[in-house]
Amino acid sequence: MYSIHERDPGTPIRISTKRVSLTIDGVTVNVPEGTSVMRAATQAGVNVPKLCATDSLEAFGSCRLCLVQIEGRRGFPASCTTLVEPGMKVTTQSPKLATLRRGVMELYISDHPLDCLTCPANGNCELQEMAGVVGLREVRYGYAGENHLEAPKDESNPYFSFDATKCIVCSRCVRACEEVQGTFALTVLGRGFDSKISPGGTDFLSSECVSCGACVQACPTSTLMEKSIEERGQPDHVVATTCAYCGVGCSFRAEMKGNEVVRMVPDKQGGANHGHSCVKGRFAWGYATHPDRITTPMIRARITDPWREVSWEEAFAYTASELRRIQGTYGAASIGAITSSRCTNEETYLVQKLVRAVFGNNNVDTCARVCHSPTGYGLKTTLGESAGTQDFDSVEHADVIVVIGANPTDAHPVFASRMKKRLREGAGLVVIDPRQTDLVRQPHVEAAYHLQLVPGTNVAVINALAHVIVTEGMLREEYIRARCDLVEYEKWKAFIALPENSPEALEATTGVPAAQIRGAARLYGQAKNGAIYYGLGVTEHSQGSTMVMGIANLAMATGNIGRPGVGVNPLRGQNNVQGSCDMGSFPHELPGYRHVSDPAVRALFGAAWGVEIQPEPGLRIPNMFDAALDGSFKGLYVQGEDIAQSDPDTHHVLRALSSMECVIVQDLFLVETAKYAHVFFPGATFLEKDGTFTNAERRINRVRKVMPPRAGLADWEITVRLGQAMGVDMPYAHPSEIMDEIAALTPTFHGVSYDKLERLGSIQWPCNDAAPEGTPVMHAEQFVRGKGRFVITRYVPTTERTNRDYPLILTTGRILSQYNVGAQTRRTANVTWHPEDVLEIHPHDAEFRGVADGDLVAVTSRAGETVLRAEITERVQPGVVYTTFHHPESGANVVTTENSDWATNCPEYKVTAVQVRRTTERSVWQREFDATAHAQADLLPGGPRPSGEAAE
Amino acid sequence: MNLEKLTKMANEIAAFFDADPDRAAALDGFAGHLRRFWEPRMRKELVALVDGGGGGDLLPLVRQAFVERRAQILP
Ligand code: SF4
Ligand code: SF4
Ligand code: SF4
Ligand code: FES
Repeated sequence: MYSIHERDPGTPIRISTKRVSLTIDGVTVNVPEGTSVMRAATQAGVNVPKLCATDSLEAFGSCRLCLVQIEGRRGFPASCTTLVEPGMKVTTQSPKLATLRRGVMELYISDHPLDCLTCPANGNCELQEMAGVVGLREVRYGYAGENHLEAPKDESNPYFSFDATKCIVCSRCVRACEEVQGTFALTVLGRGFDSKISPGGTDFLSSECVSCGACVQACPTSTLMEKSIEERGQPDHVVATTCAYCGVGCSFRAEMKGNEVVRMVPDKQGGANHGHSCVKGRFAWGYATHPDRITTPMIRARITDPWREVSWEEAFAYTASELRRIQGTYGAASIGAITSSRCTNEETYLVQKLVRAVFGNNNVDTCARVCHSPTGYGLKTTLGESAGTQDFDSVEHADVIVVIGANPTDAHPVFASRMKKRLREGAGLVVIDPRQTDLVRQPHVEAAYHLQLVPGTNVAVINALAHVIVTEGMLREEYIRARCDLVEYEKWKAFIALPENSPEALEATTGVPAAQIRGAARLYGQAKNGAIYYGLGVTEHSQGSTMVMGIANLAMATGNIGRPGVGVNPLRGQNNVQGSCDMGSFPHELPGYRHVSDPAVRALFGAAWGVEIQPEPGLRIPNMFDAALDGSFKGLYVQGEDIAQSDPDTHHVLRALSSMECVIVQDLFLVETAKYAHVFFPGATFLEKDGTFTNAERRINRVRKVMPPRAGLADWEITVRLGQAMGVDMPYAHPSEIMDEIAALTPTFHGVSYDKLERLGSIQWPCNDAAPEGTPVMHAEQFVRGKGRFVITRYVPTTERTNRDYPLILTTGRILSQYNVGAQTRRTANVTWHPEDVLEIHPHDAEFRGVADGDLVAVTSRAGETVLRAEITERVQPGVVYTTFHHPESGANVVTTENSDWATNCPEYKVTAVQVRRTTERSVWQREFDATAHAQADLLPGGPRPSGEAAE
Repeated sequence: MNLEKLTKMANEIAAFFDADPDRAAALDGFAGHLRRFWEPRMRKELVALVDGGGGGDLLPLVRQAFVERRAQILP
């Protein structure tokens, strides 16, 4: 069911410059061409009764409740499927229409249980409402006839139920699954009276359903119903906010009862999601009230000591004195901080301000280090701005879509639905991925080319693609001459045309047949609009930055930047990874990507903060670990990031953490890093604070507080109070004041304010005097850096090589239902879909090792060993194994190495040489992990938390 | 800091800029990169290694830059 108090004009909005005038019940309306009579009627203030129509779906015309009369036409056309015409005269109400509609309703109701008073949809049910609207007073057929009132209820999905007795077979759910989500999990079985809705002949959980919730939202009755509504009843108010999981940044309406969330419904007004969602944002919010939440500050002198619960005052005083003591002993540069891409812009900004203005150094970094830092470097170098070039809507204009090292159906599901829609409309698709992701073959979607390369050879593939563009005459010379630096261009062109970059020469390296590369290059190179989307499969390599620049080269060479339908689009991982980078979280950049070596920028911030900003870059996260091990880095403030689980080479990270004297963790739970911490600041969930997130399309969205912070303080308040305890006042009454400061100091945010966000809903930066309402597509007239810069991208293979001892390549990725380290999703019913991380292995490799499906296997690399369960599948090619890293005890990062991107030190998660063998027991590391987990749980006040991991 | 690691990092940076046919641009690119992205203690320690006669594993571009672009690299 739709969110409460939301309008539903019945059919989708149409955009057209041509307008049509008509009269409806005597009122003249003027609407875009292609609009339905039903939607036009709402402009005249008339809501035509309807059941099978809803504005997220194309009209279907099956229920016959929306009949109207049109002057000069015979019969009673359905207003949902009838389009407006100039001069049309429509009547929506007459005695005849009323009788017809009552007849329709009567039929529906005669096969519907009359338990409205106890039905969970009571108060928000379209069937109930329509019965009232048409004035249904009796059901002449009686309820004794043949009916569906005995159909069993399907409770298999953890978040919603399917009660077929209430189904009116309007097929809104089926169409939502097809049109909005693109999964095609539902069908109408049978015909006529016998027809019924089925998730492919099985129950919902065993079906293809990905639990996005689109069908539940589209259902006009309580047939498909959120279990949270069944349990808690209908909400009483709504607060608009933004999902805190992935970089799509879906807008939601948090439906509330007092301080309790009853349901999260995707917001139709959301600029990123237009009313769609995935299983995480829609359903996996129960972690916010999970009993594992820690809600009192804690301190301890050593990590082997029991935690002591203290007041906030004591926690701040202790922490401040420790940090100042460390700086006194080891120097000003011996402490630093890590900002979180899960926190708001305002919070991130404050942490880097704390480091620069209070710690007095530039030792601040963020988790983007381990995901999209090469995007920042690569796009800034070539195009001039560290961000994606398009908005999501742009995909609707793409003719060819190239997806590189990204798995959007799992990691960016709502955007993937948009992309699949465009692909179903006929856009061409190239997938460059070592693994057969779902996108390669889907219902009604199939990649024209799947370049299944050997992991680690991205740059070779992009060079080969560019080689074909250059040597087969597909360069857009005119575009290049007008927009790019020609000296660099000529150098690049000469380099890329070298025979060593040809697909044939590189075939042995990449494992991709040359003909496929040539075909894919022609498809992209000749497209009117070619768009590239990429993910961590591009960045998390030792040549991540080179690859990003290779992508930008290719897009510039083919003229595919600067208008809708094209572009270079990084699919950002975390909800606010774009924002955390924008806010100056890197050790070399102040907010707005301005280098600390620039005296004018330093002077600006220095004057605003009343301090002198250090002119040299600070330590990056991996440098912090190294400096900790050599004894020159001793104190670290970590806001909402679990480096002990998420960063590569766990052994190394844990040694570094253990060698520090004051590790401060600010988080919701006792995460892995907290086990090595001396101070724990209990953080707030996104439901407990105000602020903004910036998504992958640079869209700044509001996050709104719907309940008070459980521990009493929002995260930004914690940073302010810590600064205060260290002697520096940062007096803000509300996050909007922090945004005002950001806007005053950062040209790309100059026009942003909470008032404007309130007015516009969201804003895509740059937002300034030249673009007061923001910028959906960047580099329109010219590149931000002036002339676009081609960069020579020689393929330098990783030093991580397979050999006899480590003959397989391990690569890592994500899954739809879990989010990153899983601290949140593991504490929800999403574990139903992914209770553990498994190792995907090709049948050949498995057979050779005597491994059967479901066996325990040891995965050993030069860095370490862990044990996982094997899943035999042809999704991976021979020689490649694959796993996810959502569960800490899986220890995926025990195995990954310290190799990293040459430019940014982004870890090479995607390529690790390993051996795999059958085993019967967990690894040494895993047993140590269990022991540490138990020991640390015992050190909590009151001992281990009562619950297991899953709740809600 | 771990000199072995710094050596590997410097070599990887050099391997990228080395592809530029213009040697002066390659040297500037390498030196500028270190200046813009390496914390001073990392730069100092690696330069000190070479000054002390070590750093035999460093690529020629690195060694050349440490001589010809020294002022750019060190704060
Ligand atoms: S489940 Fe709901 S949406 Fe689907 S056909 Fe039945 S009533 Fe319509
Ligand atoms: S929840 Fe989503 S995927 Fe599942 S049946 Fe409904 S619309 Fe389809
Ligand atoms: S996790 Fe991403 S796609 Fe899913 S609802 Fe949240 S923002 Fe949208
Ligand atoms: S709403 Fe028009 S036919 Fe159902």
